[in-house]
Amino acid sequence: MKKLKLSTFLLAIAAPLAAAVVSIIISSLAVLATKKSPMDAYRTMWDFGTTSASLMQMLNTATPYYIAAIAIAITFRAGLFNIGVEGQLRLGALFGAYIGALFVLPPVLHILVIMVIAMSVGGLWASIAGYLKVKRGVSEVISTIMLNALAGGLSSYLLANRFADLTTSSNNLSTKEIPASGQFPNLMPLLNKLGVEDQPGGGVYGMLLVAVVLGVTFWFVVNRTRFGFELRASGINPIAARVSGVNSKRMTFVALALSGAVAGLAGLPAVLGDTHAFNMGFRTGIGFSAIAVALLGRNNAVGMAISALLFGFLEVSSRSLELIDIAPETYVIMQGSILLSSVIAYEVVRRYKITLQSKELAKAVEA
Amino acid sequence: MSVQAGTVHALVGENGAGKSTVMKILYGMQRPDSGEILVNGTAVHFKNPNDAIAASIGMVHQHFMLADNFTVLENVILGSEPKKGISIDFVAARAKVVAMAEQYGLEIDPDILVEELGVGQRQRVEILKVLYRGARILIFDEPTAVLVPQEVDDLFSALEGLRAQGMAIIFISHKLDEVLRVADDVTVVRAGSTVAEVKSKDVTARQLAELMVGSELPQPSTHGVTRRDQITLALKDVSIPTSTGSRDLISHISFDLHAGEVVGIAGVEGNGQAELVEAILGLREYTGSISFNSATIDHMSVAHRHDLGIGFIPEDRQRQGLMMDSPLWENRILGHQRSAPVMRGFILDKKATIADTTRIMQEFDVRAPGPQTLATALSGGNQQKFIVGREMSKAPALLVASHPTRGVDVGAQGAIWEELRRAREKGMAIVLISADLEELIGMSDRLLVMLRGVITAELDPAKTTPEQLGSAMTGAA
Repeated sequence: MKKLKLSTFLLAIAAPLAAAVVSIIISSLAVLATKKSPMDAYRTMWDFGTTSASLMQMLNTATPYYIAAIAIAITFRAGLFNIGVEGQLRLGALFGAYIGALFVLPPVLHILVIMVIAMSVGGLWASIAGYLKVKRGVSEVISTIMLNALAGGLSSYLLANRFADLTTSSNNLSTKEIPASGQFPNLMPLLNKLGVEDQPGGGVYGMLLVAVVLGVTFWFVVNRTRFGFELRASGINPIAARVSGVNSKRMTFVALALSGAVAGLAGLPAVLGDTHAFNMGFRTGIGFSAIAVALLGRNNAVGMAISALLFGFLEVSSRSLELIDIAPETYVIMQGSILLSSVIAYEVVRRYKITLQSKELAKAVEA
Repeated sequence: MSVQAGTVHALVGENGAGKSTVMKILYGMQRPDSGEILVNGTAVHFKNPNDAIAASIGMVHQHFMLADNFTVLENVILGSEPKKGISIDFVAARAKVVAMAEQYGLEIDPDILVEELGVGQRQRVEILKVLYRGARILIFDEPTAVLVPQEVDDLFSALEGLRAQGMAIIFISHKLDEVLRVADDVTVVRAGSTVAEVKSKDVTARQLAELMVGSELPQPSTHGVTRRDQITLALKDVSIPTSTGSRDLISHISFDLHAGEVVGIAGVEGNGQAELVEAILGLREYTGSISFNSATIDHMSVAHRHDLGIGFIPEDRQRQGLMMDSPLWENRILGHQRSAPVMRGFILDKKATIADTTRIMQEFDVRAPGPQTLATALSGGNQQKFIVGREMSKAPALLVASHPTRGVDVGAQGAIWEELRRAREKGMAIVLISADLEELIGMSDRLLVMLRGVITAELDPAKTTPEQLGSAMTGAA
């Protein structure tokens, strides 16, 4: 039995370990191809990336990735694929920022109201894909991609023509600033108490706490509740799920709507914690990077947290590569090779596990 | 075990007896711990399937490995294409494939796309593929499992042709009547070792089966009448119209089923039995009415019907009844996710679920290391015993058993029959659908014959022979 435990442990770490080794090799080759030393690159990234200021930026980059990855994981677990997180989070952030700036409420309540607005908008936007899938059999992959394009156009139009605050003279089109009661306080004071010193440009978005709560909730709901079981069963074997009494249409709709609602939150960390408005500088691409984060994290709450942090770290620390004349975009190669090698490594380990179990079984039958 | 050129050698045994392992070793997919393999008198060691192919051993897999959007010719040469410079020499390839097809009596149009072929023809392509690689020893893994009777006949005549050409054929199966039809020699394996080597002309199917199980065969039978007054399930004029408006899939089905009674639904597959099951479970919309314990359930969802006490043993356990890559304890939840012991309210009780999974494994003799074992690692018979155990654990008032012993070995078959008998005595009502006529006659209190979606006859199993039932099913009687 003890031996079994050990091998289970080894199996569990085999895949990430192998993936790490392979991706380091690939990334090194990429750096070598530009006639630079990979060792230098890694050392620079590490030195720069582990400063307090960089670590804070890493957390700020990872927070929206993590929230968006959870949104995607909800659909992955149900055997669906919501590629529309990008559009859902954009519209969620836009409406949240615009409506949230129209009134003043008690501090905590104001933030909650903005979050509810963002979730409702994201959820409704994703529900269009859910409705089309359930009623018309339209693939959610296609419809959410198309909804992304619509969301991009719609948000630009609304920002420029309807929601922009024309009282400021800035060139940057922006919604009106959310009043202080609706701004999510920075976690810096809290960190100060823990002995972390202020950093120039530092500070950690308060939405980090929301992301953590969301992660725990995701884990609990998916693994420990009836709804979560039915969601997973629908993803693993939709026919058996239906036979077991899961209403597959309802599940499809709910999973997509829920995913959109969570996605709606993913645009808020910067809006509530930094810009306090939705403007033209709103970051794009979160919803797409989050697909990779979800894949790398195996749609698992802890795994996605690690991969979101890893993506954040690579993104922030790679900025230092410019200092030694290496293209900072090298991090894209790193992200890509990590993702690819881990997907492959996990599949290899999964197959090996099945073989191993079959052998154990053969032994058990003989005994 | 030794196989001679120009013979068909069958390897038979229960699920999990070691047939697949022998086959994997022969084909280089697994290495033996001890012992050796001799091909034409020389010892060989296979590290992978390529070594086996080099030693002229070829395997025809149960599940075809063909590219649908390629032609027959392209599929056959895929992986060992004859080259002319850097391009593929299609002319030479075609000539060789056509000649081969003719020589072995495996006629097929080389230019047709594989996606247009039926199952039997696809299998031919597989055989050609193996022959094209120069195999002289062919392993067939349960080749008839996916074929209809007509195609089985075609396959067997093809096997005759191969045998006549001096090929050695290893035929793995647990369909004993087929084995006796096609094989010259039979090796029986049980629990990982050879228990008998016989000439097929010297044995009967029954003797072979007894060799496989190591004891006398279980009989499908029930004792006495356990039927009670209470009507558990009543169908009245149940029909399922097709969307195209042509003939109903099932039409005006009416019958009553009492507690403690088994009603057998006989019929050639595709005559509405599957649809009838789906109607009872609520998986399909129907007209007419179904009531359960005297209350109508027409408006109820699948989940609601489950929870009322309708259990289901699905005909395709891997597709409809299991999550193959999930551990057994999670499979325990499937279909029972709305009640104890697996749930406490809306929260999953993992500990209780694992404990109950262990109980099922003990009570129903599911052979696996533990509740954490993945369902896919289990043999078909053990998977089925697990499903039976799962469905029995809520003590349903009605059990819909669709081909409960299909594809399982004799040992598991006997165990499942025993469970059904016991449940019947306790007052469970059972709808039994099966293609095994002996099972239907032996286990049922009453037989209903379905033909083209209509119940055409009601028979008393005590006075019915399999032959009579068979002709009633085809409408000949």
